[in-house]
Amino acid sequence: MGQITLQGVQKSFGPVHIIKGADLDIADGSFVVFVGPSGCGKTTLLRLIAGLEDVSGGKILIDGKNVVDTPPAKRGLSMVFQSYALYPHMSVRGNIGFGLKMAGLAKDEINRKVEAAAATLNLSPYLDRKPRELSGGQRQRVAIGRAIVREPKAFLFDEPLSNLDAALRVQMRIEVTRLQKQLGTTAIYVTHDQVEAMTMADKIVVLNGGKIEQYGSPLELYERPANLFVAGFIGSPKMNFVTGELALQKGAATIGVRPEHLKIERDGGGGWQGTIAVAEHLGSDTFLYVDAGPLGMLTARYIGELSLHAGDRVSLVPDPQRIHRFDDGGNALRG
Amino acid sequence: MATRQTQFLARSLLTPAVGLLFIWMIVPLALTLYFSTLHYSLLDPGSEAFIGLENFRYFLTDPAFLASLQNTLVLVGSVLALTILLGIPLALLLDQPVIGRNFVRLMVIAPFFVMPTVSALVWKNLLMHPVSGLFAWLAKLVGLTPVDWFNDVPLFSVILIVAWQWLPFATLILLTALQSLDEEQKEAAEMDGASAVSTFIYITLPHLARPITVVILIETIFLLTVFAEIYVTTGGGPGLSTTNIAFLIYAQALIQFDVGSASAGGLVAVVIANIVAFFLVRIVGRNLEA
Repeated sequence: MGQITLQGVQKSFGPVHIIKGADLDIADGSFVVFVGPSGCGKTTLLRLIAGLEDVSGGKILIDGKNVVDTPPAKRGLSMVFQSYALYPHMSVRGNIGFGLKMAGLAKDEINRKVEAAAATLNLSPYLDRKPRELSGGQRQRVAIGRAIVREPKAFLFDEPLSNLDAALRVQMRIEVTRLQKQLGTTAIYVTHDQVEAMTMADKIVVLNGGKIEQYGSPLELYERPANLFVAGFIGSPKMNFVTGELALQKGAATIGVRPEHLKIERDGGGGWQGTIAVAEHLGSDTFLYVDAGPLGMLTARYIGELSLHAGDRVSLVPDPQRIHRFDDGGNALRG
Repeated sequence: MATRQTQFLARSLLTPAVGLLFIWMIVPLALTLYFSTLHYSLLDPGSEAFIGLENFRYFLTDPAFLASLQNTLVLVGSVLALTILLGIPLALLLDQPVIGRNFVRLMVIAPFFVMPTVSALVWKNLLMHPVSGLFAWLAKLVGLTPVDWFNDVPLFSVILIVAWQWLPFATLILLTALQSLDEEQKEAAEMDGASAVSTFIYITLPHLARPITVVILIETIFLLTVFAEIYVTTGGGPGLSTTNIAFLIYAQALIQFDVGSASAGGLVAVVIANIVAFFLVRIVGRNLEA
């Protein structure tokens, strides 16, 4: 079991409030991603749950039990650090088995569990190597092995893939997701990369300035962002925002349209007129950065190849069903 | 980068410095080698004559040699043990965030900057003096008989002084090493359920293996040649009880004015230093391999 509930969790370092009251309900077995820009408090929130920092206020319940005064090791969680934090002088076997050794398990039992974990992670041939003799991806797997071997109630991941190169990151992303589903253990995963968030999560928590902006499934966040921040943060390229007269016509202070919901037509059609400033041809997609005069720069995405180039004039027609409306405070207007 | 021209340029520019260093080292060594084969006494000028290895036989069979060799090893070993066993807890304490940490660190480092002769004089006259020393006063305060340090426990007294001088060095090296210990590693150990003691044994101590090796190697080089502290406090005595190899060579050359025998002793000291170094590198040197 690994059901984690946060009730009004706060954290301040001196006069600085890092977490301004977080309420969250994480279901057993779900994969939850904390995402947000640097300094939004996502790592701090993870460390509060881990017990590496003390809360300034509020409760953290694990399986219904308040753990704010419980030391990290007794919370039954395990953590994968950004730097992996492997013990450099211990072999892979020693690293994975360290927690079990500290828990006072018998040697042969430790060995059995370590070997099982290593087999899950394809680390068996490397058990007697030192961390420095491993590649980045293997080190990452050792760090994960150290986490799974203790059979925790939940895994905590602190930006674990940020030190890997792009190709390996995609591969590890899939491996981590698959492993989590296979074990069925609750996971909390911190990242600043919204692609990781969208692809891995069952549910995403978007954090900004120490506040939870929205909590929901990836597509919920994509289709119904609660406010301007979430709308701008989720989705790549970023959502286009238009203010002024056009927005007022729709009864909103700001309207937003995602680049993929702008239909690109030759000049002279309806919609928003502009000149292409930059055209990016990726083969699978074409991104157009359009200077639309008073509307500012707009981004449009076309699936497939489109033979338009910088300097061409186009008109962009927003899909009326996919226009997001926001009020003065930046909150979404529904209906 | 290294074209033939730059290589030639680098070599020709390096040559004077390397040449000077080479001469600087080779001339004294050659002279020592030469003197060690001569009958060469300053009390008997003009009588220099080649006597082969006679000086070596004389130096090595001198009963003072084995005694001073033993003293040297005891001194080196004890000071190493004291500085490391005290240096580790001191470094751990100084690594804690306390008010005035920088000032405390400065004070801890201070003994290292005191000249050996000065610190030896301070210890001899202000601390260990059996009549007017601080230790004697303390002993009297609790009704004990003051210890006459340099007569009762001469070698131990010298060890104390030298260890006091080298403790800051060990502490400083170990402290910088502690500061380079990855914070996430300690947190990972904490998540793994390691207690403070286990974290020290399994994480901190292995991390310190390399700096401890550095401390042992560097200190050994200097401790083999401790001289000023002995000269100022005990003069090698009483008897031979604080005479180490360095002091014995000094005694040969400038008390007995026997340059030939002192030169032979100097060469023996070089050989002993190499033997010690050989074993040290064997024992602890593998910690230095990356």
